[in-house]
Amino acid sequence: MSVLKLGVPSKGRLQEKTMDWFADHEIKLSRTGSDREYSGAVSGVDGVELVMLSAGEIPKELKAGRIHLGVTGEDLIHEKLPLWEREVVNLQKLGFGHADLIIAVPKGWIDVDCIEDLDAVCAQFRTNHGYRLRIATKYHNLVRGFLRARGVADYQLVDSQGATEGVVKNLTAEAIADITSSGETLRANHLKILSDGLILQSQACVFGSFAADWSDDAKTAFGAIAAKTGWDVTKLKG
Amino acid sequence: MTPVAIKTLAGQLSNAFMNAGAVPVEAPALQPAEVLLDLYGEDIRGRAYVTDDPVNGEQMLRPDFTVPVVQMHMNGGAEPARYTYNGPVWRKQEPTIGRATEYLQVGYELFDRNDSSLSDAEVFSLFYNILRPYGLRTMTGDIGLLSAAIDGLSTTDRRKERLKRQIWRPMRFRQLLDWYSGKADNLPTRVALLDQVSGSDAEAVLNDAQPFLGVRSEAEVLARVASLQEDAATAPIPAKELAVVEELLALNGTAADALKTLRGVQDRLEGFSTAVDCLEMRLTALAASGIDIKSLPFEANFGLTSMEYYDGFVFGFFDGENVIASGGRYDALTQVLGQGRSIPAVGGVIRPDVLAAVGGGAS
Repeated sequence: MSVLKLGVPSKGRLQEKTMDWFADHEIKLSRTGSDREYSGAVSGVDGVELVMLSAGEIPKELKAGRIHLGVTGEDLIHEKLPLWEREVVNLQKLGFGHADLIIAVPKGWIDVDCIEDLDAVCAQFRTNHGYRLRIATKYHNLVRGFLRARGVADYQLVDSQGATEGVVKNLTAEAIADITSSGETLRANHLKILSDGLILQSQACVFGSFAADWSDDAKTAFGAIAAKTGWDVTKLKG
Repeated sequence: MTPVAIKTLAGQLSNAFMNAGAVPVEAPALQPAEVLLDLYGEDIRGRAYVTDDPVNGEQMLRPDFTVPVVQMHMNGGAEPARYTYNGPVWRKQEPTIGRATEYLQVGYELFDRNDSSLSDAEVFSLFYNILRPYGLRTMTGDIGLLSAAIDGLSTTDRRKERLKRQIWRPMRFRQLLDWYSGKADNLPTRVALLDQVSGSDAEAVLNDAQPFLGVRSEAEVLARVASLQEDAATAPIPAKELAVVEELLALNGTAADALKTLRGVQDRLEGFSTAVDCLEMRLTALAASGIDIKSLPFEANFGLTSMEYYDGFVFGFFDGENVIASGGRYDALTQVLGQGRSIPAVGGVIRPDVLAAVGGGAS
């Protein structure tokens, strides 16, 4: 019977790389059934069940303790779990899925290089247009916290769940806060990153849940994984 | 303290305000988000609970009563007017602090076109006398002094506007002040941009950055470049004027001493003495209502981080670091909400939940 649930992204490169990483540590994660079926198997350690989830769902599953371990980006953990340090522990930075959450503005704003400029432009924009400068993002908590700490208030966040780089061209926002790895999509959309606009440097990590049921069997399974991955078992204080 | 005991205390406070002549008023718990967003900016979303209605649009659980009470008054209240209210407000809190997210506020608001110093004194002494038995720490301040000092600096209107906009954000205010007085160097990237546009012209630089996207127009970008150029050519704020602002920000003693200090430096800033006159009139009025201004604490930068709509006299009562009551003058808010009309206003709120926890003086 499996007792420890390991949540991994249900598709895409993040899933492949996760499987590769575990394979390098003699733990084989594999999909079972058809390509489209979200079920999997674990070999190399006993008592571990693989749970395929959307990367965005993994933070709340960890928080609720429905999975013991989960692979997802730090950006999603920090955004969705404001008290993340109390709810999960970062066991392993996986070295892939690198993404920087940044603030970017149109390249044509030659007068804007940093947050201080953005703040001044926010005031100018509001006076000229009668509404607050719009920043499109899906990372509402992180962006708001970042700008509050820097004393920027005259803006509004508009929700954008995808293709955020296109909003400026589509006139639905003036600036964006989004993740980028190479910056290529930003450049292709004629946007530039503010020099001090790095909100978070994120990569894929394995997180452990404090709320999960850490039975003796679950601890044994975790110990077996940790023996192969070199994780510090005391971090989970189960 | 039980919720019933807190409610009982709230009722007693409410009675005290009614005895002082206030008319009890109510306000809907759901407020249109637009008004509050316009007033506070995006930050309010981090502080107030937002909900959505398919017909009425975005709504917020009221984070305070002041805004709805001002709106109600501006829609045809008699003058002068004294209002009191007693009900819950809802505020999101920093997740790590674990403060209450729903609590009662009992407040008193005074709208009066007559002598502002008398209104300030009326409201403060009312709170002071109600709270006296609890042995709280008192603090007062005056945001009007800082804006008057900024107005009195010999520098451009643009710099004054930017400074005044940042009064409530001390970190940015300090940074601007350092730049404008020549204490800090201009940003390297800004210097680089200015070099670039002085070599050719701004339009040529802008042409290199094509295609140009978005609602903010090329004209707006060029206008700001011009303002940066103008700013770079502006003389620094003279040291002796800066010293007055520094002295003001550092004021931390009694109200009577603050007045004495400010009288000594007022003439170094144009027009500043008028604001100091206001302080003196208020202190005279406070003394006449029985407040000992020789021991009344005064900090010129009090209220600059938390009380965004206050623009004159401000006050607070504390138990340790806990705010039990706070208030102040908010003339500009009535102008913003009054659609062209305005009325001088001053008021404050008490939190019966934290007051009840102090105990001691309840009668």
